Amino acid sequence: MPEIPPRTRCAGTGVYRACAVAAALALGLTACSGDGGGERTENVELTVMAAASLTDVFTEIAESFEEEHPEVTVVLNFAGSGELAQQIASGAPADVFASADTTTMERVVEAGDLDADWAAEHGEEGLVFATNTLMIAVPPGNPAGVSSLHDLTSEDVSTAFCADEVPCGTATGIALEAAGLEVAPVTLEEDVRAVLTKVELGEVDAGLVYETDVISAGDRVKGIGFPEAKEALNEYPIGVLANSESPERAAAWVDFVTGQGAPIMREAGFGTP
Amino acid sequence: MAAREPRTPLDPAPTSDGGLDADLRLSRGTFTLDVRLTCPPGEVLALLGPNGAGKTSVLRALAGLTPLSDGHVFLAGEDLTTTAVEHRPVGVVFQDYLLLPHLSALDNVAFGPRCQGAGRTEARRLAMELLEQMGLAEYASARPRRLSGGQAQRVALARALAVRPGLLLLDEPMAALDIGTRATVRSRLRHLVEGFEGATVLVTHDPLDAMVMADRIAVIEDGRLVQEGSPAEVARRPRTSYVARLVGLNLFRGEASGTTVTLEGEDGRGPVRVEAGDGHRGPALVAFPPRAVALYRESSGGSPRNAWRLTVAGVERFGDQVRVLLEGGLSLAADITPAALAELALTRGSEVWAVVKASEVECYPD
Amino acid sequence: MTAPTPRVGRGPSGNGTARVPWVLVLPALIGLLFLLLPLVGLLVRAPWATMGRRIVDPDVLTALWLSLSTSTAATLVSLVLGVPLAWSLARTEFPGRRLVRALVTVPLVIPPVVGGVALLLVLGRNGIVGQYLYSWFGLTLPFTPAAVVVAQVFVAMPFLVIGVEGALRGADRRYEEAAATLGAGRVTVFTRVTLPMILPGIGAGAVLCWARALGEFGATITFAGNFPGTTQTMPLAVYMAMQRDPEAAIVLSLVLLLVSLAVLATLRERWMSV
Repeated sequence: MPEIPPRTRCAGTGVYRACAVAAALALGLTACSGDGGGERTENVELTVMAAASLTDVFTEIAESFEEEHPEVTVVLNFAGSGELAQQIASGAPADVFASADTTTMERVVEAGDLDADWAAEHGEEGLVFATNTLMIAVPPGNPAGVSSLHDLTSEDVSTAFCADEVPCGTATGIALEAAGLEVAPVTLEEDVRAVLTKVELGEVDAGLVYETDVISAGDRVKGIGFPEAKEALNEYPIGVLANSESPERAAAWVDFVTGQGAPIMREAGFGTP
Repeated sequence: MAAREPRTPLDPAPTSDGGLDADLRLSRGTFTLDVRLTCPPGEVLALLGPNGAGKTSVLRALAGLTPLSDGHVFLAGEDLTTTAVEHRPVGVVFQDYLLLPHLSALDNVAFGPRCQGAGRTEARRLAMELLEQMGLAEYASARPRRLSGGQAQRVALARALAVRPGLLLLDEPMAALDIGTRATVRSRLRHLVEGFEGATVLVTHDPLDAMVMADRIAVIEDGRLVQEGSPAEVARRPRTSYVARLVGLNLFRGEASGTTVTLEGEDGRGPVRVEAGDGHRGPALVAFPPRAVALYRESSGGSPRNAWRLTVAGVERFGDQVRVLLEGGLSLAADITPAALAELALTRGSEVWAVVKASEVECYPD
Repeated sequence: MTAPTPRVGRGPSGNGTARVPWVLVLPALIGLLFLLLPLVGLLVRAPWATMGRRIVDPDVLTALWLSLSTSTAATLVSLVLGVPLAWSLARTEFPGRRLVRALVTVPLVIPPVVGGVALLLVLGRNGIVGQYLYSWFGLTLPFTPAAVVVAQVFVAMPFLVIGVEGALRGADRRYEEAAATLGAGRVTVFTRVTLPMILPGIGAGAVLCWARALGEFGATITFAGNFPGTTQTMPLAVYMAMQRDPEAAIVLSLVLLLVSLAVLATLRERWMSV
């Protein structure tokens, strides 16, 4: 049985570099630990940079992918989409980029960082492989009695949103505009997980997060849907990067995500095209 | 705590004449201190002793910086044994003076009165008065680091006196000074301390400090009081070899019978006899200065003098004299002139007659 | 005294180079370079053309003011609590003192984000202590400038405590004894003798503490949240700007850097002239 390399799960922001280093070290150690003289297939590393909200699903998909492609080790690098785009622009070696919004992908496309051949075949702006809808998340028991987006305008309801600078913040803005509401949040969090944390801990009465986050949080939060969420459907584009050393395998990963990965995505609350 | 012989019932009652009456007992590791001191007001008591003898422990115990295991401290009839350091009417001049570096000389002196509740103006006026007495008025605003050793010492003295203490403690007041300035600073300090009406305890390892400044000397060795008396008495009749060395005397311990004192010979060839100027009976100490020893190549014989055949163990320069160290039946030092040394042609190992007049030999009970 | 034979060609320069301890100087230069290069990177990439306009942006000024005021408040709080704490660690004996000493440095070791979460768990609206603050006084700390100060105190106070404790241990205690013999009680000894003597150590510790508070990010964004004008300090503004407009992030970083340098230089001048 081939040795399964340890994978480091890297969620959240700020720690991604440490994680990347840890992952690199772990892989290095595995490579050095010797295969006991058994057959040694050429091991290829596939580095996937993915939005933090994809942490759980991509980890699961990567496991299936590696089972099917034993010669490939998928290195997952999770962080905020904007940060990842920044790293790609700085020449970080990576094969695939999966963004949590189209705007960030556009930046990557504009910089010419997508693999031209792949883009010509699958889409110049990347391939949308998942969608996510906003939901109101409230702490268990819903202490402020929130039932609609309109309830968030009340002064007695403290609310956490994503900051405008990050994709979920953009989506929040669109949804509020569609509803014609103005809400004064107490905090603009750096990503959707931070919003979720504030809700889970009961520090705020409500937060706008994605449906996937509500599902992953289980009992710790309660999700409340609202009609305007449709207007702010968040699209996740994916693309093979120009930097990729093996674009074929990168393309295979993208195909896998859109194919076998789709049920996993749906189970986690994503919509798939 | 080490067991001690009970003393309490036989203890003399604390003196109520206003002076210091202290019975200091404490133990720290292997070191134990057991010293009884008295010092009437207006008197200067010098604590003399080698390093590690416990002088500083005595001083710290008197100041309240080190708690006693047992004993008492009375000052002017008041029991200070458990009084906290800041409430003791005790002024201390520390070895390095320890003037607060961030305060001017004036504010250093005013510090005590301020702590005792005096207003700023009142405290400064008192401090200025004291500095004037010390001849330091012009240095009132100077920071301690700009003062000379002697000046810093007087500021420290003024600071200690500013709290109007009943007891003044001086810890090695000359140690921080250059050898060259010590003589003048010492006599000046003595003059200033003479004006103090309370009891003064001076700690020093320098016999000269003790001789010049003290009315009485207490010698401490290994945590015990080994001798107490006036400077003249201590200088003339030392009780331990440490004191004898300090005051420059040859000292021997023996058994007196009239004016003859029999010592145990040091070379194992039987007892040695010493003829003294005055007589005693029982255990006695005999002392004589090295300059009282005359050296001869040949025995002159006859006269009623002390004459011992000894071997030269060493020769060293001593001022304008030469000190010859002798061993044999007894070990002693003899001071002779360089001319005499040349004439006698003494070298290490030479045999020589050491002669001392009986009238030069001090004999006193052990 | 006879002079030794003069060595030919021993000029001042030759003398100087012969004495340069390269073993020390070389790593020192590399170290300095390492510290300065990122700064050079910021300067090179800064959008100088639009700099003036960006700096006077009211949002930038708001964040800057919030940063300066909260970090100063955090330093004051750290002084009030940290100096006595340092004194206790340096000057008293109590069971478990070593452990307490190690615990004081915990905020230095744990990631600030973790510290922020810990603060939420204790002082948050549902926190162990926070729930009583809320139910008894209607007080909620998170999402207020006070929470920013709390987060900064948590991560920055250890710097002050360690610095002051070191100064206390280095101070000559005999001066305190001397003051005690002059009638000073423990409090007077502390305020009139100990404090003035360790003032340079306190100053150094306070500057470190202030600098750390100014740069604080992780605990702040986690505990205090991020809202412009209320809790968005400069480091948070830099981070948010990074998401969308990296150039703006560089500008903000430079502003923070220059302002802190100016403050430190002024303090140093004051300090030296005292």
